[in-house]
Amino acid sequence: MGIVTLFVVSLIIFSAIEYLPGDFAKNILGQAATEETTAAFRRELGLDQPAVLRYGQWIAAVVQGDLGTSFSGRNASGVDRSRQVMDLIAPRLRNTLFLASLAAVVAVPLSLLLGISTALYRNSFYDRSVNMTTLTTISFPEFFVAYILILFLASLYPVFPSLANVDAETPLGERFYRAALPALTLTLVIVAHMMRMTRAAIINLLASPYIQMARLSGASPTEVILKHALPNAWAPIATVIAFNLAYLVVGVVVVEVVFVYPGIGQLMVDAVASRDIPVVQGCALIFAMTYIILNLIADIIGIITNPRLLHPK
Amino acid sequence: MKKETDTYSAVGEVGAVYERRSLWNRTLIDLRKAPYTALFGMVVILAYAIVAIFAPILAPYGEAQVFPEPYAPWSSTYVFGTDQIGRDIFSRMIYGARNTVGIAVATTFLAFLIGGVLGLAAAINRSWLDQLLSRSVDVLMAIPSLIFALVLLSIFGSTITNLILIIAVLDSTRVFRLTRAVALNVVVMDYVEAARLRGEGLGWIMRREILPNILPPLIAEFGLRFCFVFLTIAALSFLGVGIQPPTADWGSMVRDNASLIMFAQYDLKAGLTPLLPAAAIALLTVAINFVVDWFLHKTSGLHDE
Amino acid sequence: MSKRTKKGDVLLSIKGLKIQGFSDEKWHNIINGIDLTLHAGEVLGLIGESGAGKSTLGLAAMGYTQPGCRITEGEIIFDGVDLAKLTDGEKRKFWGTRMTYVAQSAAAAFNPARRLIVQTTASTIRAGIKDQSSAYEDAQQLYDVLNLPDPENIGERYPHQVSGGQLQRVMTAMAMSPRPDLLVFDEPTTALDVTTQVEVLASMRSIVEEFNTAAIYITHDLAVVAQMADVIKVLRYGNEVEEAPTRQMLSAPQQEYTKSLWSVRSLEKPQKLVKDSVLSLKGINAGYGAAKVLNNVNIEVPKGSTVAVVGESGSGKSTAARVITGLLPQMSGSVQFNGEGLPPALADRSKDQKRRIQMIYQMADTAMNPRQTVSEIIGRPLEFYLGMRGSKKTQRITDLLEMIELDASFMQRLPGELSGGQKQRICIARALAAEPDFIICDEVTSALDQIVQEGILKLLLRLQEELGLTYLFITHDISTVNAIADQVVVMNQGEVVEQGLKTEVFQPPHPEYTELLLSSVPEMDPDWLTNLIAKRPQ
Repeated sequence: MGIVTLFVVSLIIFSAIEYLPGDFAKNILGQAATEETTAAFRRELGLDQPAVLRYGQWIAAVVQGDLGTSFSGRNASGVDRSRQVMDLIAPRLRNTLFLASLAAVVAVPLSLLLGISTALYRNSFYDRSVNMTTLTTISFPEFFVAYILILFLASLYPVFPSLANVDAETPLGERFYRAALPALTLTLVIVAHMMRMTRAAIINLLASPYIQMARLSGASPTEVILKHALPNAWAPIATVIAFNLAYLVVGVVVVEVVFVYPGIGQLMVDAVASRDIPVVQGCALIFAMTYIILNLIADIIGIITNPRLLHPK
Repeated sequence: MKKETDTYSAVGEVGAVYERRSLWNRTLIDLRKAPYTALFGMVVILAYAIVAIFAPILAPYGEAQVFPEPYAPWSSTYVFGTDQIGRDIFSRMIYGARNTVGIAVATTFLAFLIGGVLGLAAAINRSWLDQLLSRSVDVLMAIPSLIFALVLLSIFGSTITNLILIIAVLDSTRVFRLTRAVALNVVVMDYVEAARLRGEGLGWIMRREILPNILPPLIAEFGLRFCFVFLTIAALSFLGVGIQPPTADWGSMVRDNASLIMFAQYDLKAGLTPLLPAAAIALLTVAINFVVDWFLHKTSGLHDE
Repeated sequence: MSKRTKKGDVLLSIKGLKIQGFSDEKWHNIINGIDLTLHAGEVLGLIGESGAGKSTLGLAAMGYTQPGCRITEGEIIFDGVDLAKLTDGEKRKFWGTRMTYVAQSAAAAFNPARRLIVQTTASTIRAGIKDQSSAYEDAQQLYDVLNLPDPENIGERYPHQVSGGQLQRVMTAMAMSPRPDLLVFDEPTTALDVTTQVEVLASMRSIVEEFNTAAIYITHDLAVVAQMADVIKVLRYGNEVEEAPTRQMLSAPQQEYTKSLWSVRSLEKPQKLVKDSVLSLKGINAGYGAAKVLNNVNIEVPKGSTVAVVGESGSGKSTAARVITGLLPQMSGSVQFNGEGLPPALADRSKDQKRRIQMIYQMADTAMNPRQTVSEIIGRPLEFYLGMRGSKKTQRITDLLEMIELDASFMQRLPGELSGGQKQRICIARALAAEPDFIICDEVTSALDQIVQEGILKLLLRLQEELGLTYLFITHDISTVNAIADQVVVMNQGEVVEQGLKTEVFQPPHPEYTELLLSSVPEMDPDWLTNLIAKRPQ
């Protein structure tokens, strides 16, 4: 299923270039471009060949890690200073992964803890206040959270930098310091979502008759959670985590733009604005792959922890 | 409990008989019992609607009217100052209610039209049509919608029509899933089977038997989807690929004035300026979420155990 | 281990207990001041219809209230301790060790992720009553006493790997493992088929006798409680109706209500013999996909009479109804109606053919659209089949409501504003509105309380008399068959075992399956189970 999905997704992403308006070459090369250079450019893209053949070549190249050549850096005179998409993406992908894992490492344990504890002390003051706070947080656009953090932690009380510009030479400690605000933003947004979903999943589980049965046979609340609820909770929890890590992937785009963090999200936004299709394709492919793989892992966890499938009749 | 009777009669049979009240009465009772958060949400939504409808009357200046004073501070002339090319921010905030909210409402309606009709059809058909639609939706949902929207916008360009169409189609996948799931629960009911046995046509069954019973969850979903669409469009505009200038829009207003935030140390009001449109977005989504939360709680019949 | 209480001592005494539940934004009384005394080694049967509060009282005997309920008054003295005053933490010392619980649906009450023996012995080991190896050994012995197959190894399985009847017995073993003083059985056999129920009842009773455990047995089935209990307490609307030793209660009930509960069993239709069939199934084979459910089924339904189709779950009786209605076209064979062959698929049948065959469902709740009023529900077939409009339609709806013993004031009500019996009556009126010849009744009384059942059965009989209707009555309940049928069809695993007049089928000699089915139906005689076990070869 994952493979089929990935195939169809690649087909959709590939077809992006098919729908470009006829005069796009002029837009990219500039109005001064001659017929000759335009034609040469179209030939380079292979637009004179049938689409099926081009898809085959493109996918073969992608599998080998070649995402094509960026549109930018070309000009009317035919001089080609364009760069390989892979070279553009690679360093930024590293930055994005660094940021995303930073947020995930904090967010996942925190939200599981909050989710389970609010489910246990349901309708208590603690539960209600956490619930209100997270309901408010998930209603905020990411950039609102980001700018509030900037206002307090960078502008009014300059603890952290508001611009998270890192490059390959930045030492690790400095990286943590500069990525603190974007990571904090992502964490806040993700925790709210993940905590609410964990809480719902656990409450759903606690309503099962076997939980009442466990209580009636004298199990303490801790035992009910650890021995009766948790073994059945892996699948829903895995789904919640995968869903939210996938959400993290999307949230990263906006956060990177706010903090001018040189990640793949910002690259993609810039490419969309300048309609640099090969770069857009490359970024989209990476985002989609991450998303699909995460969901696949959740499905697999769901299958391998299901007692009905683990111990067939 | 009613008085017990020893002789049995069908009319006098006791059971869980509810008091019958008119719709208006029930609404009033519900409203009186609604929590403060939900009431707050309803007031906010109403206020936004009024501002959006009467924007030209309420706004002191025109939407794209440029004054010779860029980055003017807050004053009685310019309530929230002016932006980087000298447009009155307060006026643009008011027009933004119309544009941003209006576009999001249109998109959500379109998404519901597409997703709702297809979801209902899939739930009733249950064979090739269901398979085809469900698999396509699986694939569409395998790509994060913001990323998908970015790809499509890069191809087709950022016009308002494209924006509405693209987001509506992407979002209709979730409406489709929900409608299908809810309708499936209703389709297996005996009263639907009874209607089929009677020989009723598909249209009648959809309209009279199924639709009235799936409406409450769909209404709640409308609120949530609206929030999602609204936030997506705001994010796209903020990224500079959504609603384009000179149309006043909250997402792009945040982006345009973002640099002001670093002046907060010197002039707090100026620092707050870029947060205003963002707060406007946040306030509306918070309000809707509060109302939906209450509505779901009420209609699901759950009283949290 | 030694018993903490001697036989004959008062083990549990409940005084003036009141429990409220929260719904519709209000607190309602569920239990209205009930007293209850249970002696060590005694089995008390709690009986009542839905809403009587019997489950709530049973759980309250353990000091447990379901979420959304609260104890407002009264005391629950168990072995000298008032459970109503204890915190959950303190009550936990009793739960699972001195008092245990057997739930209605074992399939849902077992944790799907843990092995049966682990769940059986968990509370025994936790409380330190036995160590793991002796608890496991004891569990295997209990499985053996309960007649479970392969008692040595069945505990290694997971809940989904054993059948429903077996799970119910494993749950009894789990409840018995710590050798409790009090066992609460909450409708433990309601979800089981009759032939399975007998075995489970027998093993539950023998184990309770063997360890001389006090028990509270909750059920709505009088015949079942007669086998299990020493004392019976009848409840209604959270109040006690009466309490007496089992034999006395069965032979001489004091209260009108109790008498009316008993009387349903006495309803019996005199059978009549009719020759010409209105509907006949000839050599029907049908199934879902590759799975074949009906195997060469032949059924004759004589005009103006009632044919009861009897069988357990999975016997194919509901599938046969789906074939007749056209919802499930048969693979081969034919359905003859009024002498002509019916097209297999619903879509190919004419409007008139559809009108003549009507159906009434088991769950009236799901058979009516909750958003349509009574007049819309009954009015639709009038409009659809007979083209009635306006005042003519309204008049006809009023007539139909009168026919089912309701009046015009019900016209504007929604199904949610009706009681269970009233809902089923509206469904009957909807079927009558089409002016059919033939009505399929699919377990139409099994979801209803006994008194209401009786009313519905009487109504159906009267309507048959007045309108000359033919019924195909699908049921698993033998006493319902007695009440309504002329002819009986016994089905098992997709085949017709026996078919004929009621007296013929119910009189011996029987085919083997009919014998098993009939003998498994509990009777009101407290010695029935004892005699049956003595008769049956083990």
